[in-house]
Amino acid sequence: MTAHTTHYLCIGCPLGCRLEVEEEEGGQAEVEVRGFSCRRGRDYALQEHRAPQRMVTTTVAIDHALWPRLPVRSQQPVPRQLVPEICRALRSVHVVAPVMLGDVLVENVLGCGVAIVAARDMAAC
Amino acid sequence: MITAQPRHLRRRYDVVVVGGGPAGLEAAVAAQNAGAAQVLVVDREPEAGGILQQCIHTGFGLHRFGAELTGPEYAQRLVAQALVQGVDIVADACVLDVDEQRRVKLMTTASGIATVDAGAVVLAMGARERTRAAARIPGTRPAGIFTAGLAQRLVNLYGLMPGRRAAILGSGDIGLIMARRLVLEGVEVAGVFELMPHANGLNRNIVQCLHDFAIPLYLSTTVVEIHGRERLEKVTVAPVDSTLQPQLAQAWEVPCDTLLLSIGLIPENELSEQLRLRIDPATRGPVVASTMECSRDGVFACGNVVHIHDLVDFVSAEAMLAGTCAGRFATAAPAPADNVRLLSGENVRYCVPHTISTEREHTVYLRTLRPLESCELRLVEAEGNVLYTKRLRYVFPAEMVTLKLRPAILQKFHGGTLRVDLVPRAFPEQGDAAEPSFPLSAPDKRPGGEP
Ligand SMILES: Cc1cc2nc3c(=O)[nH]c(=O)nc-3n(C[C@H](O)[C@H](O)[C@H](O)COP(=O)(O)OP(=O)(O)OC[C@H]3O[C@@H](n4cnc5c(N)ncnc54)[C@H](O)[C@@H]3O)c2cc1C
Ligand code: SF4
Repeated sequence: MTAHTTHYLCIGCPLGCRLEVEEEEGGQAEVEVRGFSCRRGRDYALQEHRAPQRMVTTTVAIDHALWPRLPVRSQQPVPRQLVPEICRALRSVHVVAPVMLGDVLVENVLGCGVAIVAARDMAAC
Repeated sequence: MITAQPRHLRRRYDVVVVGGGPAGLEAAVAAQNAGAAQVLVVDREPEAGGILQQCIHTGFGLHRFGAELTGPEYAQRLVAQALVQGVDIVADACVLDVDEQRRVKLMTTASGIATVDAGAVVLAMGARERTRAAARIPGTRPAGIFTAGLAQRLVNLYGLMPGRRAAILGSGDIGLIMARRLVLEGVEVAGVFELMPHANGLNRNIVQCLHDFAIPLYLSTTVVEIHGRERLEKVTVAPVDSTLQPQLAQAWEVPCDTLLLSIGLIPENELSEQLRLRIDPATRGPVVASTMECSRDGVFACGNVVHIHDLVDFVSAEAMLAGTCAGRFATAAPAPADNVRLLSGENVRYCVPHTISTEREHTVYLRTLRPLESCELRLVEAEGNVLYTKRLRYVFPAEMVTLKLRPAILQKFHGGTLRVDLVPRAFPEQGDAAEPSFPLSAPDKRPGGEP
């Protein structure tokens, strides 16, 4: 069996340990993590290796408001690989002021189970 | 956003705050809590909130609110808090001058020039972006060259794209954040070019803004020429040697129509200079006492106008102190004076505040001149006696060091100046249990210990 190594940069603190995750080809859950100086680094490497998650933040078009764009965010983190596609999908969203912080703009974005909400109030003007 | 433009400006306020960013808003509320009845915040933008309104990414407020907020969410909490407290906020109003009698002259679009008297003034004008390096790059002067923060404003507030293919000079956090932002908006990013051999931004941004999108980061590399007549067409980049001299023989060209500069911020101190406040050449902000009072009575300062902060949570903490002391000054209950001057010693670029008191507790912020792994922070008396030491696992120029000083530490000290040194430790012991202090990046649990 051959082993496959992936490299990560730990973001847990400014030391920035270089982490390695080694996985047996075809092996199931058996992975080896190296390079961490503390438990956070180990947990982070496993999380990044198995299911990296990211928060989505972008803007959508808004009419009759102070600015032409409204900042929006995902209510929870989403699988990392979905981020570009979600941002593309949000380009066609258009809302009208007033909007309140936390208003749900897209309930279940791309079917991933996470809502996109307004990240601020924007009054009508 | 909730706004409450007051109908009439009063002739006199207990405290007038210049700038309605996080520093100004926190200071205003703290001043009110400290007894100032009438507090006015003036901001030249159409709404309060400062730079936070364009920082739509998350990463704000872990410390202050115990939640990971976006910039606009953080701003909204502060504005709401200020309005609930009855602080007056005027937007679209630019402060033109503050004089020695603390008369604040401001200009509003609605009613022209007005002057208000202030019991105390808090300066919270924030920072502006550096552009100097751009002016020094040889070549033509075409359109398409932006500071990263300006591009951020265009994209996030106006929905305008700066171009189609961008190169980014400097690896500061704003540049890294913008690299990701542009890619998500369909703009191609050719790469980030950093003069120094290390990245300037947080590892978190290196990973989540560059690695996630396969954007290359070229360390020890800089832009040496700009090409294009009307519009930027390409830049020439070259690696630099250990003395930062470009190696032109190894230069290559990067086609792009946009160049973003992310090369740092400078405190915005036009008003401070007009008022002839003492300015620290290292921070480029006013010299401040432990009360955040400047070199003129009743003038206080906080936030990026004093020194550049990495995290808004630290801005909040500093502004609460400034606001409290300004409120007390205005209501005639000022804090006792300082009796110790802090000097920046070995490896220390600056310390803020510049003076402290042996009788009170202080938070001192300082920056290192160079990255050091395993070092000791020392407080040294004029005669060379080391008064206090603290082990640090590492220090980085991009990461502010915070030092909590309690009166107990200074009890046996009777001198007038204390030097702050960062001394590398020759033989780091194995299994060292010294705790690094990074309350913001690791609010839940600290690393260390487990090998
Ligand atoms: C692009 C960017 C990204 C950042 N990312 C993060 C992050 O991820 N996490 C984090 O914690 N921190 C981050 N920060 C840092 C944080 O946002 C700043 O430290 C903080 O906003 C500084 O607050 P301030 O109130 O001092 O200045 P500002 O927010 O700049 O506010 C200053 C205000 O003063 C006003 N003003 C100036 N002069 C005048 C005048 N003469 N009259 C009237 N009004 C005036 C301006 O209009 C402005 O509204 C980021 C900063 C930037 C620039
Ligand atoms: S592994 Fe631990 S010490 Fe190393 S960077 Fe991550 S959090 Fe910091």
